[in-house]
Amino acid sequence: MTSASLAEWSNLAVYSSMLILIAALIAFAVSFAARGQRVMTPELVSVGAGSPTSEGAAGSHGASATGLAPGRRAGNIAMALTWLATGLLLMGLVLRGLWADRVPWGNMYEFSLAWTFGILAVFLVVSLRRDIRWLGLPVTFLALLSLGLAVTVLYTEAAQLVPALKSWWLVIHVASAIICGGAFTVAAAISSLYLWRDRAERKGRVTGIVASLPDAARLDTLAYRILAFAFPLWTFAVISGAIWAENAWGRYWGWDPKETWAFITWVIYAGYLHARATAGWRGRRAAYISLVGFVAFLINYFGVNIFVNSLHSYAGL
Amino acid sequence: MTTTTDLPSTQPAAPPPLGGVGFARWCWRQLTSMRIALILLFLLAIAAIPGSVLPQRGTDPIRVNEWIEGNPTWGPVLDRLGFFDVYAAPWFAAVYLLLFVSVIGCVLPRTRLHWRALRSQPPAAPRRLERMPEHRTWESTSSPDAVLDRAYEDLKSRRWRVARGDGWVSAEKGYWRETGNLLFHAALIALLIAVGYGALFGWRGNVIVREGSGFSDTLTQYDAWGGGRLVDPASLPPFAFTLEDFRVDFERGEAQRGAPRLFEADLTLWPTPGAPAEPAVVRVNEPLSIDGAKVFLVGHGYAPVLRLTDALGRVVHDEGVVFLPQDGNLTSTGVLKAPDATPSIGIEGLFLPTAAVDDVRGPHSTFPEADDPAVFLSAWAGDLGLDSGVPQSIYALDTEGMTQLGIEALRPGDSWALPGGNGTVEFVGLIRWASFQIAHDPGKEPALIASIVALAGLMMSLFIQRRRVWVRAAESGSGVTVVTVAGLARSDEADLAPEVDAVVDALKEGKGTA
Repeated sequence: MTSASLAEWSNLAVYSSMLILIAALIAFAVSFAARGQRVMTPELVSVGAGSPTSEGAAGSHGASATGLAPGRRAGNIAMALTWLATGLLLMGLVLRGLWADRVPWGNMYEFSLAWTFGILAVFLVVSLRRDIRWLGLPVTFLALLSLGLAVTVLYTEAAQLVPALKSWWLVIHVASAIICGGAFTVAAAISSLYLWRDRAERKGRVTGIVASLPDAARLDTLAYRILAFAFPLWTFAVISGAIWAENAWGRYWGWDPKETWAFITWVIYAGYLHARATAGWRGRRAAYISLVGFVAFLINYFGVNIFVNSLHSYAGL
Repeated sequence: MTTTTDLPSTQPAAPPPLGGVGFARWCWRQLTSMRIALILLFLLAIAAIPGSVLPQRGTDPIRVNEWIEGNPTWGPVLDRLGFFDVYAAPWFAAVYLLLFVSVIGCVLPRTRLHWRALRSQPPAAPRRLERMPEHRTWESTSSPDAVLDRAYEDLKSRRWRVARGDGWVSAEKGYWRETGNLLFHAALIALLIAVGYGALFGWRGNVIVREGSGFSDTLTQYDAWGGGRLVDPASLPPFAFTLEDFRVDFERGEAQRGAPRLFEADLTLWPTPGAPAEPAVVRVNEPLSIDGAKVFLVGHGYAPVLRLTDALGRVVHDEGVVFLPQDGNLTSTGVLKAPDATPSIGIEGLFLPTAAVDDVRGPHSTFPEADDPAVFLSAWAGDLGLDSGVPQSIYALDTEGMTQLGIEALRPGDSWALPGGNGTVEFVGLIRWASFQIAHDPGKEPALIASIVALAGLMMSLFIQRRRVWVRAAESGSGVTVVTVAGLARSDEADLAPEVDAVVDALKEGKGTA
């Protein structure tokens, strides 16, 4: 297979992934709306509220009462489509890497693909352990947004790396940052849903679509678990970046804008973990901190690469 | 400043008591409270932002000066407040030092508590186990003692710390969580100390070396050098090298045309004076380590070889002139100063590796490789100002007190007779130069170790769960033993039910009373 056709196949895989994600988004939306209506019926509310630890059980109760509810079927279809889209995106990344003969995260287009893959992968891995179809709508939306930006604004032809990037640390440092990016994004989505749900709970009006979300305490816990996984990994990404910087630039920390924002992101998420352990800061304030941390991550990713003169600016975006 | 909930670390903000000691204690308690630690954390994040937005002296002093000149109102004010050297500014240091004092103030008492907990038995089981978040109760035919013995053995064999009392067994595990937590915070303090140690005892210098030229590691040979307060500049490792060859390669394909693909410097190295010479290669990402110092390849450019013959026919200059790159295609500028010529000659030059001229951009380079090189020279005669005592950049010509002789474009091999019989300039050929950063940071290994310990401690404090499990067994009136097992998570996210179930399963096993 020639390299030109590898490139075409990679792009084709990415575009197919986007199309399937659109279908998944619609299916998630249908499932979400349908669940909202279903949870509002009184007998099912009591089932759901009685067993906070096993939402799957609540779902199957619903199914046995009404046959396979439309929301549930749509949710299953959406999950299957998300798996398919993620697989295609992975294929696009691998083909891109084969084309360029290196890891497929050498410029911002490729990093965006990899980040999107990170978002979807974190979502799918968590979905293996618990029912998080309610999260599918924001996750597929964010994934589509990121892929859309990638293929329109950030697209660049694959090329070889500048000498500064030719290092094993590119594999390790960037891969860990990508997984963190996915985890931060998913956690931010959950924290937003938490704030929505929490407001409804405090007003005592958990009706309509917000009722199809898990209760606020569970959302809070899930966001925490994802961030408790991501924070050490981010720490590792920063440390491996420092080792690489020492090797390439002669100093392990030089307050380059990218380093500075990695540090700011780290400090904010450290604040999040501490806030969750502090009376008066749990819940809502912690959720806001999670969102602020995500904003810092975005600034580090988009802002520093595009607007700031940084050592990390390379490869034409 | 710690990540678990089992100890209250926030005191209610009482009004400060009168009196010096009381007030100091109140301040200390405030400072070491989690609330203040959180606020300091966010202050630290905010304080770090300006350094990523404004140019910084440490990395880009030229742009700092441009910024200040471009903003005559705010520039000097921000400069005085340290905004162009944020990470060395007193207010930035104040935030992180307060934060570290807060960390120490929290970690020390918790270390004492944890030490005590490590050496003590789990506390007695609460009286009413059914009030615990996870609990199971059933009736057994075994005697209470037999049940408790079995619970004790089971928990012990699964490496719980177990205590046995009258009618109860109490067990706890996950002590490593708090150990990791304390380790993490202690390692951060160690990291700060390592960074400070490196800043005091480390040094770093930059030097540009042309192909065929040499460098020996003494202070005077550096173009720029900076060292910590406790560095003795006479103690630099005494190595020397010459740059034999510098190889570069650029992308010629459509995508990212002109981007560098290869940088490689061939050196002849003398590790110590008098030692036999050995070949060495420095690449980006592959520095050379000599005697505690590391030699990094950080930049490159062209040095057109210019031969200047003065009005008297003497050759006053005949070597490569370092031209500094101005853009990605290596459009470069440089200056030749010949104070010994008669008359004194100064030449400003623009070097283009692949020359092009258009109406908008004037002369510029279209590719970084020397495919079609040309220099555009502007020659001046008169006082170079080198004797004025004011330090001058070797890359800038002070043309005050000089008269321009003319301008000319030269290709390799061309020569130019300066107007007015002031001599001749010949563009003999082209060599490259490489710039090296040579650095010694004795704090970097301790910093790495501290970081790894911090990461390990962090993972312990996040992934290890601290839990307690209790078993109570008592005879009810009818000769049946009522057994209750309960669990309590002492950290946030512990999944208790499986732990409690495991104890229940162990107790019910082999009894036929399930």
